[in-house]
Amino acid sequence: MSSARNAILSRLRDAKPEAKAMETIIYQPWVSEDEKVITERFIAGLSASHAEVISTSHKALSKLIEEVAVGKQLEHIALGTSGEFHEHIIQATKSLKTVFFDNDIKDWKSSLFNNVDAGITHCRAGIADTGTLVLWPDVSEPRTLSLVPPCHIALIKRSTIVSNFAELMEMQAWQNNMPTNIVLVSGPSKTADIQQTLAYGAHGPSQLVVILIEDM
Amino acid sequence: MSQANNGVQIEDLAPEHFHDQAKAALADPQLRQNFRGAMDYLTDKRKIAFSDPTEEKRIRDLSAAIRQRSLSKLPDLLEQLETNCTNNGIQVHWAETTEQANSIIAGIAGQHNAKNIIKGKSMVSEEIELNHEMEKLGIECLESDMGEYIVQLDGDKPSHIIMPAIHKNKQEVSDTFEKHLDDFTPTVDVDELIKTGRTRLRKKFHDADIGLSGVNFAVAETGTLCLVENEGNGRMCTTVPNVHIAITGIEKVVEFLSDVPPLYSALTRSATGQAITTYFNMISSPRRAGELDGPEEVHLVLLDNGRTQAFADEEMRQTLQCIRCGACMNHCPVYTRIGGHAYGTTYPGPIGQIISPHMMGLDNTKDLVTASSLCGACGEVCPVNIPIPEMLQRLRQEAKNSPKNNRPAIKGQAAAASRIELLAMKGFAFAASHPSLYHLGSWSATKMRSLMPSKIGPWTQCRTAPKPAGKTLHQLIKARKQGQKS
Repeated sequence: MSSARNAILSRLRDAKPEAKAMETIIYQPWVSEDEKVITERFIAGLSASHAEVISTSHKALSKLIEEVAVGKQLEHIALGTSGEFHEHIIQATKSLKTVFFDNDIKDWKSSLFNNVDAGITHCRAGIADTGTLVLWPDVSEPRTLSLVPPCHIALIKRSTIVSNFAELMEMQAWQNNMPTNIVLVSGPSKTADIQQTLAYGAHGPSQLVVILIEDM
Repeated sequence: MSQANNGVQIEDLAPEHFHDQAKAALADPQLRQNFRGAMDYLTDKRKIAFSDPTEEKRIRDLSAAIRQRSLSKLPDLLEQLETNCTNNGIQVHWAETTEQANSIIAGIAGQHNAKNIIKGKSMVSEEIELNHEMEKLGIECLESDMGEYIVQLDGDKPSHIIMPAIHKNKQEVSDTFEKHLDDFTPTVDVDELIKTGRTRLRKKFHDADIGLSGVNFAVAETGTLCLVENEGNGRMCTTVPNVHIAITGIEKVVEFLSDVPPLYSALTRSATGQAITTYFNMISSPRRAGELDGPEEVHLVLLDNGRTQAFADEEMRQTLQCIRCGACMNHCPVYTRIGGHAYGTTYPGPIGQIISPHMMGLDNTKDLVTASSLCGACGEVCPVNIPIPEMLQRLRQEAKNSPKNNRPAIKGQAAAASRIELLAMKGFAFAASHPSLYHLGSWSATKMRSLMPSKIGPWTQCRTAPKPAGKTLHQLIKARKQGQKS
């Protein structure tokens, strides 16, 4: 409806708005140079949002993932098809029932919705300020892998955690190359829509397990 | 059709009936208790989230500056947004009216032979009464936000823009589920209630043909749609169905991606006192080659519906800075006492009072603009510094008078004009500019003060009638000067 477009734009232009310049207002979100302080804040934020955060080393990663899966009685686990720790994930889940997300969702949507207990994904980065994971879904780790299964296990490297959201965006120059979808995740799905009472597991995962890989 | 606010039929709610609706709400103790509790809770949460006043001031100033800058370039930014979205593969549509918006959405649904739309939270879709319009075409629109779902089951409407079912307590939610859902065992356990909603809606996400959402920020620089939520239903709606339609008011554009983090922080802290929400979803395109999920088509509908009218005047334009956090409602003494339904508009509370006249005309909303104590709380908490009390005063003037100083007319301009009031004001202006007449008037008022009636209409319903003083100000000053001389 291009006539609507032109009518709207011409009404806006008729108002002759005067373009304002960028203002220099000093606003500094939370920031720290100290790695220990950054890690502590990241863990505290996520834990306060009801996520479980477990630290581990590269070496112990496979064993830990397996322990989490067995401990939480996760029987059917969905996996991506590549990623830095893909081999560790395969190793960890070899005694469990797994399915690779390597088909179009329409081919196995019902099974994803009804049979899968957990999805495992990598994280692109972490934000210490608010205790937030940054997911960057792609061909090898589709969007629904971290959304539909009731439990989401997220792997994050300590070295990827930054102080705040603005810093991360700027550092990685996101504006130059936005993917289909970026999701910031700060805890399991929740709602307070009924009488302001907090309840977890509204529509997304009810459990979020964050495995923090100490790589520094 | 259901009942709310003591017998006022939900479908009849309209700003023209504001006085009756407010009266009914005030007479409902359960409703008042639900709102009081919820507003106290949200007010406290916000206070904790902004514990450092210097930091609070900075983030509000910055957010206001970002919104003002973006609005100052709005026509250009809308074109830039359209270009970048189109390059990313998002199809952009423009709608001047609610009818046009509905027909665009119906057209997309028709192309896909869609029968089921699953919806994330979107106030703009309430504004265009999408559910109702699609139902006429045989298309089911199902709300998936927990609060919206509860409200929809009851044939009710949201009473708050962030917490749609805030007017109900858990017992009332249980009653709603019991009435409308098979095999539901009544319970006031909130976890159980949420689990019920989750289970029922999961199948709907799986089956829906189209997912529909609102937009919190649309980034012109990158053609990105940002969505703020806690539940994950927004992610479901925008990811699982094969088609995603996003609908937004034309004012939601921001210039740069870097404008987003401070606005997002200001929004979540003002709305629910959260440092951040569970999910922040940035959507820049439909599914790309090789990707295994996500919609094949993404549409963006840009709606005017009175926003260009608000834009036309530089002062009114500030209304469009709003980022829909609801803080003004949470802090409004009027909203807290009468709740959202009484306003009879999509957007209730202070922000609704200043945006609704542009959408519905002053003829329909002239009572709304008077429903404020002008205490200033709404302006004090607004994360983007909208001077709401000033805007209300301006709209009150516009409701009474014809446009001044070549200002553009507002729909329904001067709808509240009263001939008697106008004559009285003119008479007073004449007297006040003619000293002998004025002195005669004030002298006779002091002499005849005992004749003042004790009841003067609605004014004395809860006040004592004023009585002219025994001496006029002029007489008092004269006497004082003489006293000083002697």
